[in-house]
Amino acid sequence: MRLMNKKTILAALGAAMVLTSVSAPAQAQRDPAYAAARASGEVGEKADGYLGIVGAATPALQRLVNDINIKRKAVYAKRAQAEGATVEQYAFAAGCLAVMRTSSGEKYQTPDGTWMTRTGDAPTRDPRCP
Amino acid sequence: MTHDELTVMGVPASDLPMNTGISGKIGRGVLALGAVSMAGGCININAPDEAIVIELNVNIQAEVVYRLAEDAGNAIEENADIF
Repeated sequence: MRLMNKKTILAALGAAMVLTSVSAPAQAQRDPAYAAARASGEVGEKADGYLGIVGAATPALQRLVNDINIKRKAVYAKRAQAEGATVEQYAFAAGCLAVMRTSSGEKYQTPDGTWMTRTGDAPTRDPRCP
Repeated sequence: MTHDELTVMGVPASDLPMNTGISGKIGRGVLALGAVSMAGGCININAPDEAIVIELNVNIQAEVVYRLAEDAGNAIEENADIF
């Protein structure tokens, strides 16, 4: 009887672990279209914390960028409120990091508005960036 | 009581001394004279070659960015699909 109980408990624990691993979302990945646009340099990170179109805008690119930026703004707004900051301030801080996180070959915007291609060197950022 | 009786004791609102009479013109003349005499001094100010850039983000201070950056880093990690 005790053995049965142990087995039952073990089974339940196992099931719980399986359920947890299934329900926990895998590390969210970029949408393939977004990842491709970043890699090709069609879109880049702006200094203000939002995504920008680097070259000529197409309806598809504009839709993609708008979609990302609306989602970003929602995240910024929620967390800015918790931090007692404005959405603009929070977005700027996130922009500092987003530019820093660009991979080699991706585009980012310098404080004067110029689009640059990220190299192995540190990106040109606003002096207020940490 | 007529309208005349109501206003006779006070100065009509439209009769502002600033805009009428000689005194206003004299005042402007003195100001112009002041400007001329200042131009006669030896201070020369040359216009800068570069365009004057007005910093629009003055409301964002470095300390604020520094404080927010830690949380912003977490926000980016937690929403990696849109960053």
